[in-house]
Amino acid sequence: MAEILSLSDAIARFVRSGDAVALEGFTHLIPFAAGHEIIRQGITDLTLIRMTPDLIYDQMIGCGCARKLVFSWGGNPGVGSLHRLRDAVERGWPRPLEIEEHSHSAMAHAYAAGAAGMPCAILKGYLGSELAAVNARIKSIVCPFTGEMLTAVPALRPDVTVVHAQRADRAGNVLIAGIIGVQKEAVLSAGRSVATVEEVVDDLGTTGTNAIVLPSWTLNAVALAPGGARPSYAHGYYDRDNAFYTAWDAIARDRERFTEWIDANIKHPAGAARA
Amino acid sequence: MTWSASEMMTVAAARALTNDDICFVGIGLPSAACNLARLTHAPRLTLVYESGTLETKPHVLPLSIGDGELYETALTTVSVPEMFQYWLQGGRITVGFLGGAQVDRFGNLNSTVIGSYAKPKVRLPGSGGATEISTSCHRIYIVMRHGRKSFVEKLDFLTSLGHGPTGRERRALGLRTEGPSLIVTDLCTMRPDAESKEFEVVTLHPGVTADAVRENTGWPVRFAGQVHETPAPTPDELGALRDLNARTAQAHGVTAAE
Repeated sequence: MAEILSLSDAIARFVRSGDAVALEGFTHLIPFAAGHEIIRQGITDLTLIRMTPDLIYDQMIGCGCARKLVFSWGGNPGVGSLHRLRDAVERGWPRPLEIEEHSHSAMAHAYAAGAAGMPCAILKGYLGSELAAVNARIKSIVCPFTGEMLTAVPALRPDVTVVHAQRADRAGNVLIAGIIGVQKEAVLSAGRSVATVEEVVDDLGTTGTNAIVLPSWTLNAVALAPGGARPSYAHGYYDRDNAFYTAWDAIARDRERFTEWIDANIKHPAGAARA
Repeated sequence: MTWSASEMMTVAAARALTNDDICFVGIGLPSAACNLARLTHAPRLTLVYESGTLETKPHVLPLSIGDGELYETALTTVSVPEMFQYWLQGGRITVGFLGGAQVDRFGNLNSTVIGSYAKPKVRLPGSGGATEISTSCHRIYIVMRHGRKSFVEKLDFLTSLGHGPTGRERRALGLRTEGPSLIVTDLCTMRPDAESKEFEVVTLHPGVTADAVRENTGWPVRFAGQVHETPAPTPDELGALRDLNARTAQAHGVTAAE
């Protein structure tokens, strides 16, 4: 059963240096507050797993949290590059970053395989693509029934997955509605899991709906984190801050400006209790 | 009436879509073209975005692939694994719209790196959905701005298969999908030769010369036996596109993508 904890306690208890960590959410419900807490707690040497690293992993990579990145599309959607990711890959700043690169289809299949307890995912993938030549974990397998050549990738099994959701009830059951992404698979494939939520309510109100519900017994912790997906969005609560996604380009382009932004907004925000 | 080269490109791409198409839409130029088609000659065109939104009818262009606008205007929304497993790999999508940093004469695309993979000069975003979109959709349309850095003799990296490095690999891999059948740029439209699969110019946009295309293409580009002029954008097409871009700019509080 999930314990209802503060965000800092949930991260301190369940995210450890050296872990393979998935912070999922496909454009929608990206767990920024949890990622920022990981930065503040100085958790490091992480293998970061996410289909779309987005601004949250750009920030974590720029802060030196990551040793490796597993991903399938590393851009700032509709804007351009993730400059901290590029600086790490192209110039090794602030530390070299190993990458394991996939396609969206392969990562989605690999999370589903992890959730299903399978060792690998089988797909029609990477045909004719050079990605298979640069990623040794992309292999071929022959269908034993038809002889068709198929692609296999290892199942994704994060040590810990963190997702953000609209709400939880007091028993720690968690509801996700809207663009539901890959969060269910990311939670069910993980060894440990934490959900941050916009609010904790008496009744999830899910009777008769088909919104995704993660039962309390699939989670280790639920933490209240209102606004925890900003600058991405939480459907029914707030919109995506497209202006910030655009502004991030200039902030992240420059190492000094990035570091100042992290110090002022994440590590030592004005008015925050932490010194 | 006057128009920009970008407007011509978006209009020409939109015209390729029909009411019978089920289209997998990428962000940027493809998104503008697909929604323009839906707002003009193809009102029953079905749009699918990889965030899982099926039959979405956005009022403004999304900045990202998973904007709330797409969910709110969709018939239904499925998970990302379901999107790629049942809907894309399952063969339900007729047209995929792709772009990239580089394209070659056989419609192969690079969206991974400029320079070597191990020590890239420029690290690009990567595949996203493109690698399997290019093999699973019944056919592929490519939309890209023309230029020598993007229309290249040899890709730095082959992310998404077109007709293959020699134009023959697609068939050799046993793929039954058609692959790239149209390239639309800000200068011209191109179709593959039926036998060699090499793309050749079939129409030049109004005011564009064959020399301008040659100068902006990194290989000795071929022209079809008969090259026509792309029909100019109509007032209806331009009006719908400009209204869409204006609504989008207002909604995002930023300059609209073209």
